[in-house]
Amino acid sequence: MERFLDVTVAGLMLGGLYALIAMGMSLQYGVARVFNIAHGEFIMLGAMTTYTLFTVFHVSPLLAVAICGPLAFVLGYVIHRLMFRKLQISAPSQGVFESSSMLASFGLMFVIQNLALLIWGPEIRQYSYMTQTFSILGAQFGLRRLVTLVFAVGIGAVFYLFLARTRIGKAIRAAGQDASIAGLMGVNINWVLALCFGLGAAMAGAAGVLISMCYPDSAIMGQEYLTVAIIVVVLGGLGSIPGSFIGGFALGIIGSIVAFWDTGLVMAAFYAIFVILLLVRPKGILGK
Amino acid sequence: MEDLMVGINLLAILYISWFVDWALKQKKSKAWLFSGLVLIMLAVLITLPYYGPTYSYIMLTGILMYLILTVSWSIFSGPTGYISLAPAAFFGVGIYTSAILGKEFPVLIVVLFGGLLSVALAAFVGAITLRLRGIYFIVFTFGLVLLIISVLLWYEIKFTGTRGRFIVAAENDMIYYIMLGIMVLLFITGYLIKRSKYGLALQTIGQNEEAAAHMGINVNAVKIAVFAITSIFMGMAGAIMAMRWTYLDPYSAFDVFRSFLPVLMAIFGGMKRFYGPVLGAVILAFLEEKLLTEFPYYYKLSFGIVLILVIIYLPDGLVGLVEKFTRRIQGVKRAGA
Amino acid sequence: MRVLEGEKVTKYFGGLAAVSEVDFYVEQGEILGLIGPNGAGKTTLFNLISAALVPKPGTIKFKGVNITGFKPYKICRMGVARTFQTAKIFANLSVFENVKVGSFFGTGTSVSAAESARVAQEQLEFVGLAGVSRVPARDLTLSHQKRLEVARALATQPELLLLDEMMAGLNQTEVAESMELIKRIRAKGITIVMIEHVMKAIMNVCDRIIVLHHGKKIAEGTPTEIVNSPTVIEVYLGEKSDAGS
Repeated sequence: MERFLDVTVAGLMLGGLYALIAMGMSLQYGVARVFNIAHGEFIMLGAMTTYTLFTVFHVSPLLAVAICGPLAFVLGYVIHRLMFRKLQISAPSQGVFESSSMLASFGLMFVIQNLALLIWGPEIRQYSYMTQTFSILGAQFGLRRLVTLVFAVGIGAVFYLFLARTRIGKAIRAAGQDASIAGLMGVNINWVLALCFGLGAAMAGAAGVLISMCYPDSAIMGQEYLTVAIIVVVLGGLGSIPGSFIGGFALGIIGSIVAFWDTGLVMAAFYAIFVILLLVRPKGILGK
Repeated sequence: MEDLMVGINLLAILYISWFVDWALKQKKSKAWLFSGLVLIMLAVLITLPYYGPTYSYIMLTGILMYLILTVSWSIFSGPTGYISLAPAAFFGVGIYTSAILGKEFPVLIVVLFGGLLSVALAAFVGAITLRLRGIYFIVFTFGLVLLIISVLLWYEIKFTGTRGRFIVAAENDMIYYIMLGIMVLLFITGYLIKRSKYGLALQTIGQNEEAAAHMGINVNAVKIAVFAITSIFMGMAGAIMAMRWTYLDPYSAFDVFRSFLPVLMAIFGGMKRFYGPVLGAVILAFLEEKLLTEFPYYYKLSFGIVLILVIIYLPDGLVGLVEKFTRRIQGVKRAGA
Repeated sequence: MRVLEGEKVTKYFGGLAAVSEVDFYVEQGEILGLIGPNGAGKTTLFNLISAALVPKPGTIKFKGVNITGFKPYKICRMGVARTFQTAKIFANLSVFENVKVGSFFGTGTSVSAAESARVAQEQLEFVGLAGVSRVPARDLTLSHQKRLEVARALATQPELLLLDEMMAGLNQTEVAESMELIKRIRAKGITIVMIEHVMKAIMNVCDRIIVLHHGKKIAEGTPTEIVNSPTVIEVYLGEKSDAGS
């Protein structure tokens, strides 16, 4: 019973993080049509910045969410305006834009990763925060895990409301359906695309902050989370944000169960799911 | 002085690749690959260990490694637009083949096996992902490297107890000859593919896959076959290069950067002509070899920036620049005449 | 002999039936017209025949052989060729290379490079594009691109040719030239099915016409029968199409 609760909570927390990361990536691909291979690096930046904020400036990680999120947003927004906008203008077709923007993001990944290596070095970092435990029904839980879960789900919920209820959210959803038509309908499409890219980066940054609370981090941690994000996005359906939400939790729980068995096999299990998905239903759960 | 030797040989390679490009443009398919000057260039390359210092052909071997990865990558990914991020995976498979078989089998057999195992992996990956949209293929090949690393780590920790293996080393000049041989085979294969109807098929797949399928091209078969064939060279190169580094572990054998570099070099050089990727590889690999030990993070950083700049401002690569330049000269000539 | 037969051919996209229980046949050597308002399912039906899509349910037979579920390249090699509503040419290849693709891969037999080039040249002359054979396909005018598609399709040595809105966007002269071309293709012994909105072409060229509406076949007959059919008139009355008679 104790183990079951442990696995479940770990799974939910991991799921919440995966969902957050994947929704960010889905937003970038679904609306801005950029398959951002540097997404993992924004997560890493969030984590490493939090580490520095905590160890050097004694800033609480929970506060760091409010700092790193917006910072990541600005970074993402600026990168989109500088890089991807130019590509969009010069690309002869949508297909060409998608592959060149993806390649450009590949370059971006190496830029950010190596900048981080220059700043922080390759060592693995961890800090201790909120290490208290509490017990439910006799089982011990880390407080920070619960807080992470609450934050992840909370940010996700806020984002969902934002998409569903606000005017900007509507503009985003319209742009996701058909960017050029949305532009004709009066949506300032360039601004919306950059906004989405920035929001996606912000979600990655926030997720990074939360991850740093519970897991060790390094300048090269981005790739693994990126791979998981990609699998979740495909699992949920390319371009579907609700799909990424569901897929994230699904993969989180599966990952927790597999980790309980053998932690070394988690990536292999995810990849096996990926392979099966591509063979059987490439559209994913909610894909169009 | 040593750099001069290297430079001369690099020019020799460039000439050969330019020649292949020229031969591709000729109307009739004449097996002219062995026209006089090419033979001389090959002689220059083959005899390097005799007249050049050890450093020069060691460096050239490193450059050849990137060249082989880049050219074989561009044979498939160039015309079809299916960006493969798998070269690191196939190269790593070759390395591990060396590690496992190197003690029992002669060098050439090991190299061959490296190629064969790569083909097997490529055929598997291709069969699953090439029948889907391009983005699935890119994404799958990207994660492949990470997957292999994590599986190998798990296996090594669980079963062999140690991380990493030792490899039987080989002589530097033997490594150089074999790499040169792989390059020649690669150039010949590239020429034959591009010359044949499958070269045309690859281009149609890249330009309008649906129409290509309706014109009688079995697009899946063509994609998988060419993808698999090009992986042979990557695997073979891995198998022989492993004998230069005597110790390896999953992280050093499978490095995502080795998938990134061929892409960068091919785009930087320009994919419209056969010599484009060669040009890109020669220039950037030379820089890489020079900067690797002294500024590891800086050079990777700058390569990332170069890729971004090239994609935005120079999408046709250096070849594109050269062609623009020659066209302008021709225009001036015409205007002047 | 019935070159092409379709039985209860159906295709759903989500909950919507784009094509619903359509029975059709095409006799060898005839020219069959396929008309209907926009969205009636005409191109979907073509996609089902050329195997870009698979009917579910329904069967399609070519020369008596059940081709349902075959891949497009196989159907092409068996002798079915098509053009596309939005000309799907290979933009960066030359006109000549475009047609060569068809003759190299689409005939169902192994062809040498020289033979394939010869057939390509032949087809280019047949459609009248021999003069621009070195030009990159993307530089052609729309009407020439459509003609290129026809040459490319013909290079695959088809017995059945599917033409999807070949006349769309053409002016009066070009329409007349296209009609001429279609008649010459039939004279070669090739059976033709054509989707068209340009009524003049349909009426003059087709032996028989099938009318689709909301995915269902609502009428079938000779041009005269169709023009006088009250069902068809009712369906088209709501449509401001370019019935340029």
